[in-house]
Amino acid sequence: MVQLTLPKNSQVQTGRHHPAPEGAKRTKAFRVYRYDPEEPGNPRWDTYDVDVDACGPMVLDVLLHIKNTMDATLAFRRSCREGVCGSCAMNIGGRNTLACTHGWEDVPGKDVQVSPLPHMPVVKDLVPDLTLFYAQYASIEPWLHTDTPEPQKEWIQSPEDRAKLDGLYECILCACCTTSCPSYWWNGEKYLGPATLLQAYRWLIDSRDEATGERLDALEDPFKLYRCHTIMNCAQVCPKGLNPAKAIAEIKKMLVERVV
Amino acid sequence: MATYEFINHRYDVVVVGAGGSGLRAALGCAQAGLKTACISKVFPTRSHTVAAQGGISASLGNMGEDDWRWHMYDTVKGSDWLGDQDAIEYMVRNAPAAVYELEHWGVPFSRTEDGKIYQRAFGGMTRNYGESPIQRTCAAADRTGHAMLHTMYGQSLAHETEFFIEYFALDLIMDEGVCRGVTAWKLDDGTLHRFQAQLVILASGGYGRAYFSCTSAHTCTGDGNGMVLRAGLPLQDMEFVQFHPTGIYGAGCLITEGARGEGGYLTNSEGERFMERYAPSVKDLAPRDMVSRAMTIEIREGRGVGPKKDHIFLHLDHLDPKVLHERLPGISESARIFAGVDVTKEPIPVLPTVHYNMGGIPTNFYSEVVTKTGKNPDEVVPGLMAVGEAACVSVHGANRLGSNSLIDLVVFGRSAALRAAEVLKSGDKQPELKPAMTEGHLARFDRFRHADGDTPTAALRLEMQHSMQEDAAVFRTGDSLKSGVKRLQAVHDKRADLRVSDRGLIWNTDLMETLELDNLIGQATVTVNGALNRTESRGAHAREDFPERDDKGWMKHTLAWFDDASGKVRIDYRPVHAFTMTNDIAYMPPKARVY
Repeated sequence: MVQLTLPKNSQVQTGRHHPAPEGAKRTKAFRVYRYDPEEPGNPRWDTYDVDVDACGPMVLDVLLHIKNTMDATLAFRRSCREGVCGSCAMNIGGRNTLACTHGWEDVPGKDVQVSPLPHMPVVKDLVPDLTLFYAQYASIEPWLHTDTPEPQKEWIQSPEDRAKLDGLYECILCACCTTSCPSYWWNGEKYLGPATLLQAYRWLIDSRDEATGERLDALEDPFKLYRCHTIMNCAQVCPKGLNPAKAIAEIKKMLVERVV
Repeated sequence: MATYEFINHRYDVVVVGAGGSGLRAALGCAQAGLKTACISKVFPTRSHTVAAQGGISASLGNMGEDDWRWHMYDTVKGSDWLGDQDAIEYMVRNAPAAVYELEHWGVPFSRTEDGKIYQRAFGGMTRNYGESPIQRTCAAADRTGHAMLHTMYGQSLAHETEFFIEYFALDLIMDEGVCRGVTAWKLDDGTLHRFQAQLVILASGGYGRAYFSCTSAHTCTGDGNGMVLRAGLPLQDMEFVQFHPTGIYGAGCLITEGARGEGGYLTNSEGERFMERYAPSVKDLAPRDMVSRAMTIEIREGRGVGPKKDHIFLHLDHLDPKVLHERLPGISESARIFAGVDVTKEPIPVLPTVHYNMGGIPTNFYSEVVTKTGKNPDEVVPGLMAVGEAACVSVHGANRLGSNSLIDLVVFGRSAALRAAEVLKSGDKQPELKPAMTEGHLARFDRFRHADGDTPTAALRLEMQHSMQEDAAVFRTGDSLKSGVKRLQAVHDKRADLRVSDRGLIWNTDLMETLELDNLIGQATVTVNGALNRTESRGAHAREDFPERDDKGWMKHTLAWFDDASGKVRIDYRPVHAFTMTNDIAYMPPKARVY
């Protein structure tokens, strides 16, 4: 197997150790990826011995506890804390997920390791740069395309047609799936990745949308769609239980069906 | 002080915030041919609109007869008559068109059998002026806000809005009473920016995080409200803070009122459906202020559930699992994750939890910010608008009805854009900005960046949050509010002793949280001062020492100015509009608010 070595300035070094406060009865070590673009030096793993009795059940609770009481310099995104905004996506115990809905007791192993979403440029600590991810999402034109003049009231859509959007529209754009996809790691510049393709299918299958042909044309490309090799990491990690791989397969099917 | 250079931008319109109202305003301005920037501290789909669940109200009549007049009556009564009826008329009459517009943009609304937008029952929404509950709330399962926000962001990608994402707005650029723009800090490279504009639209949301337990996101710190206070402008009706009856016990996460709209009900420790006693006609579908008070009384009188008898049960276990799956999948998931409850089998433990701020930046129904100068209570502040939860139009008065916030966002986001298109000319010359206009912004930024006292930001924030939670709760008394005023003054004074550990400029969340805390302190302070000052009970403001509504003394909006240096609050008033927008409907005079 090929051994890849990180460039010297990217190698993660052992960082600081933050001991638990005195009197803590039950502690757990959290190894957290730290990188400060304004300081010289490599990224590092800081270890925080967290007094877990003082924390809520989720990994986000622990990160907030660290920030509030142990080390205010730790940077991460968070907002809704209930799994709908997608801000706190990160890699926890080797798996991409949302810190706010993932219990720290559910992370296997003795210590809990927390790092940014893989394979994205790191801005600082647990904050990845998602610019490309957002640009790819925008590229599939995620809005309803219609030519027929709009009705006075709503477009009529049967409950059956509406049900086709279930499992698709719930995506929170957290990027857990896309950044867990080896094919995306390899061809991220050209392959759209599972999250974007899930959304592409959401508009393809919407009975109100009238641009199915153009949308399929735009995806018919050796890279944008066909770099999906059904590795299925996307469906494994989606914190909302969605299945991007299935949506991608459906798009491939639509492309085949329109030529036969 | 360190030296800072601004990167300069010039637009016709700058919108601060990219939630439902900000996106709708920005989209409308761009459509009108105005050069528009939208700046947001979070990526648009992470804004708190995403967490709205139950739906958006509009009298479409898809489930049976409905009428905008009924919607208006319900909103006026829900507001406990503190809402301005011209603005309420504007909202409810524009509501159906706003919902159809969203549908045309692609919002995946749930559907009726005949393919129309599905509507569910919600608290305080009634047929024929209070007769019985009505289904008026348009829903996309229980993820309506998410569906709306993602669709609106998609739609704004189809237009010429320029987004500045993960820019944290600092302060309004004021020039002798005229707003000329806003300054902001770009998180990912640490640069400071000066956005000059003919018009700034604040769409920066509420300030739920002034409290210890709230359904609001961590980012709900009311930054626009804080900026307005520092600009020497007042906030309105800040004493009216909505507690949502069904926050998950402990975690505080929201369980939509739509759960009760679909047939859920509350019980106390005796298994009694107690809402039947408090609101015989609409029961569990009473407005939120009443349900929250009823729950609090039940707990206080020893009929709470759980080992500490300190919460209430919400039952959905009698509902058809198919209904739960189709209509309430999101809260079923939340209940499982945050309460460990299978809603098909067990009740959800719930507690009234801070949810929404009726108060905010005073505006008229064109979304223009107003203030009181001399005798004129409706003086427009040139160059400044506010929309959404940040604004106080006031359509929600003393208590907002569920699903009236999402409609507020899009109706007034649109109204702001229409007004902007009417009063602005694209590319109009703008006066040179002078350094003196932004010196204070930089001084404040630098002061907090280098704050080296002994009080960590998180500690002071917690002190403020506990004070608000204890002293300005569902029920208030003169004593609790006096304590709140004192404690908030102490918090304000400790601001000088803050310690920020991170001195960097790139993604310095320690500094950002400190700037947010500073914004929160002003808002929390005017909240408790306004509440202490208002010696009556109205809507969400329930004074145990003044249990009655006092229309003679208090049929007026509170205006509160905050002196940032001393932490002192000055209070004045604006009259509640005793008129409607058109002659199509007469002013609805106050009467007893019973359900």
